Amino acid sequence: MGASQSARTEHEFQDLADRTGFSLEQIGNLNKRFRQLSKNEETLSRQDLASISALDNNPLRAQIINAFFDKRNLRQNEAGTVQVIGFEEFLMVMSHFRPAAMHITEEEREKLRREKLRFVFNMHDTDSDGTITLEEYRRAVEELLSKAGTIGQETAKAIADAAMLEVASTTRGKMEPDEFYEGITFENFLQILKTFDIETRMHVRFLNMDTATMRCGK
Amino acid sequence: MACRTCLWLLGTTFFTCTVRLVVEGTEVGATQGSQPEPGVVGSNHSQAGGGHGSSISGIQIVTFKWHHVEAPYLIALWILVAGVSKMVVELNHSLTSVIPESALLILIGWILGGIIYGADKMQTFTLTPTVFFFYLLPQVILDAGYFMPNKLFFSNMGAILVYAVIGTCWNAATVGLGLWGCWLGGAMGDIDIGLLQFLLFGSLIAAVDPVAVIAVFEEVHVNEVLFIMVFGESLLNDGVTVVLFNVFDAFVSLGGAEIDAVEIIKGIISFFVVAFGGSLVGIIFALLISLLTRCTKNIQIIEPGFIFILGYLSYLTAEMLSLSAILSIVFCGICCQKYINANMDERSVTTVRYVMKVFANGSETIIFVFLGISAIDPAVWVWNTGFILLTLLFIFVFRFIGVFLLTWILNKYRLVPLEFIDQVVMSYGGLRGAVAYGLVAMLDENKFKEKNLMVSTTLIVVYFTVMLQGITMKPLVTWLKVKRAAVTELTLAEKIQNRTFDHMLVAIEDISGQIGHNYMRDKWHNFEERWLCWFLMKPSARKSRDYIFNIFHQLNLKDAMSYVKEGERRGSLAFVRNETKADVDFNKKFRASFSEIMPDIMADNMGPDHVPLSSILQDIVPSVCLVMHEQDLTMRESEDFNAHHLLQQHLYRGRKQHRHRYSRSHLETNRDENEVQEIFQRTMRSRLESFKSAKMGVAPAKKIQTKHQKKDKPQKMPNGNSSDKSKNHPYGDKDLEFSEGDCGSGDEAAGDLFPMRAYRVEAGIVNPAFMAEMDPMDNMQQIPHVALLPQTLNSFDT
Repeated sequence: MGASQSARTEHEFQDLADRTGFSLEQIGNLNKRFRQLSKNEETLSRQDLASISALDNNPLRAQIINAFFDKRNLRQNEAGTVQVIGFEEFLMVMSHFRPAAMHITEEEREKLRREKLRFVFNMHDTDSDGTITLEEYRRAVEELLSKAGTIGQETAKAIADAAMLEVASTTRGKMEPDEFYEGITFENFLQILKTFDIETRMHVRFLNMDTATMRCGK
Repeated sequence: MACRTCLWLLGTTFFTCTVRLVVEGTEVGATQGSQPEPGVVGSNHSQAGGGHGSSISGIQIVTFKWHHVEAPYLIALWILVAGVSKMVVELNHSLTSVIPESALLILIGWILGGIIYGADKMQTFTLTPTVFFFYLLPQVILDAGYFMPNKLFFSNMGAILVYAVIGTCWNAATVGLGLWGCWLGGAMGDIDIGLLQFLLFGSLIAAVDPVAVIAVFEEVHVNEVLFIMVFGESLLNDGVTVVLFNVFDAFVSLGGAEIDAVEIIKGIISFFVVAFGGSLVGIIFALLISLLTRCTKNIQIIEPGFIFILGYLSYLTAEMLSLSAILSIVFCGICCQKYINANMDERSVTTVRYVMKVFANGSETIIFVFLGISAIDPAVWVWNTGFILLTLLFIFVFRFIGVFLLTWILNKYRLVPLEFIDQVVMSYGGLRGAVAYGLVAMLDENKFKEKNLMVSTTLIVVYFTVMLQGITMKPLVTWLKVKRAAVTELTLAEKIQNRTFDHMLVAIEDISGQIGHNYMRDKWHNFEERWLCWFLMKPSARKSRDYIFNIFHQLNLKDAMSYVKEGERRGSLAFVRNETKADVDFNKKFRASFSEIMPDIMADNMGPDHVPLSSILQDIVPSVCLVMHEQDLTMRESEDFNAHHLLQQHLYRGRKQHRHRYSRSHLETNRDENEVQEIFQRTMRSRLESFKSAKMGVAPAKKIQTKHQKKDKPQKMPNGNSSDKSKNHPYGDKDLEFSEGDCGSGDEAAGDLFPMRAYRVEAGIVNPAFMAEMDPMDNMQQIPHVALLPQTLNSFDT
């Protein structure tokens, strides 16, 4: 890379750092990783992400990969997915997992929480209608438990149903006979996870050192 | 009633003392000589030998053979006294909520000690190091290890180790050097002591005591991270304490001149050997236990015994090799819990849990009572204002400084920094206890001229921390608004979310190429699943060990339990009392053709060992009873029923699956009798199968061919159960009508649940149990000091 190019990327990085909140070194590392995954191209496609061998054992593989291409996570207010993403979008998705800064106000913390939980919600809500219906939840639970021993599909379904029951009872309470329980809305989702310490649960430590070379292969 | 137990308590102690005096008085000749009792209560009294050898005039019809039974009798009597003391203490609940039980037990110990001293003019019963370290401490620590929340423990392992090792060394050094400095300055007057002895004293008084921490923190439910920090530290610091104690003891024996760099280096190396060696011994024994439980299918009745024996052996083995015995037994408990819980029969698991708790609680009680008694011994009363007060001051102040310093360093590396208030509680919770006393009692009087002073000081320190800090802990925690432990158990949905988060974080780490905490945990998890579980777990256990499945299994069992309980309460369970009766019932309602099928169902579902179903239920009832009671506390009972009903009504009517037949306003009776029967037998079968599968953890097989060639699915117990409870919903009669129209099979999703209600009314088996309003279940009185459920479910966490 020529000097001019590195100067340009420096400027870009600074811009990205301001927008996503990563530090310059972290962006540098993530950029290297991006290049590695996309085989030095400008954009990343699903196949690139799917080729990471370490993800093979992960039951949430498909969902995570989809999350990267989901427009809702890319701060675009429409539904649907994109085919390829650039480095900026890559960073935007990653920024959901950044830790909170040390001294932020209560409402900023709340906002951060909502953002992070929105990400998880979007992951489950595959048809982008704003609610997690029973079908979607079932599918999510089945996938989640698919790699865990010999839990059959039906048991997974039963578990999903029981979990849904709990959610319905806690969030809706008593319902009129004619009402539907449509699914879990985002507000319900927040309510369920009220006791969770999102700071620890959705936090990946982005190192300032370059660990990509420390791990052989991917 | 209180008076009676008090009198009984006093009575037993009087009895103990007087019996011995009386026996001496009536001795018939024989030699005087001391008869050391084998490690029992440390009696210094000289005993008369058995006087049965001399002349007997005639045949004695009844003889008083005290010496024959003396040793075991006294042991049993003291255990009884300790138990009764605990009973006395627990009489007044408002008192125990203010003053921790341990403090009250020490008080009772003082009273008893006073009585004994008054009777014997010397303290015949004290807490000897042998008894304490060999017979009283191991079970407390094994209990701690077995119920340790592993995931929490290992996530915070780094911080715990820092506090345990560096913190304890800091405490020991500062207290020792501080006292030495003050002695040099003349604050303590003229005592025969040296630097090394001060350091030794510092090292034994520095360690936070696990018994005291459990006793005090049990009543103050602080948040789990805080608790695990203090508790983990108290367990792991034994490695340091043992090393420091032995090293300084050796140094004192060698004398100051022999100490050079080599010795100090040897000391440091011995720390690593002792700590890691001890842990290794524990892990080896954990492997042994797991392997053993894998093969104990045929001797399930004594399965639980192995846990205790091998646990105790791990303690003794480490002690034999001069490694850290506490570390050994802790790691034994920690590492084996998952595998033995999976391998052993449910009843054995319950047995182990309860027996463990009995032993641990009993030991704790005895320890505290004897700590009280041992103080009433003027022989050890040496007062040195400077020494004692300075010790108290130093351990308090230096603990605070140490914790704050270390936390400041740790917070730079932690994901979630420890708050200031948590640090305060952590420093304040550094309680000293019986371990310090045991160590100080082990000192050699010849080498340590001031042993009695040290013993007194240790006792005073223990009383100060346990009583004063114990009493003020709760108000402090409330005043500082420390984050408390979550009272309710996580719901199924939350557990699923937890799992989702875990996997998500691992995936993100993989994608972003970072090596993180989650990556490590995931790698370990994979390794464990592939190799360890294959090696250590029974094949049948391997299948059903996923923790979400276990939660689900518990929920199912719980629902089944409530269903049975409710039925029993109302006095009728139409089909599950015994096969013959059920047969008859069905015959009454159905045509004879149906009864052909029923015996098949019953026969098929005879249960694992061809035990009739009713007795399976009875079997299930006691074994899950204990677990369920705790769940009763945490699950929201009435909301459950509400929720089940909700699901029935609303959830499965997904828009695409809406069927006209299930309209609320339009009632329709099902004309197809065959369908009704098929539904009934399908739901019956699946209900019974889910009982069976709940017991055996096997996916139910599909045996009965239905006319409609439907894919039979196992009935989900919560939903099935709910249909019964739903009768009690405010809808009342309206519901009944609704269910009339609600029969017939239909779409799989919709059809599964409705038939349950359908059969109930349609088939005419009107179970009066479920018609009337149901009162909410009474909450069980929470069993004090036994917090099993959180541990139970947590132990399923990887």
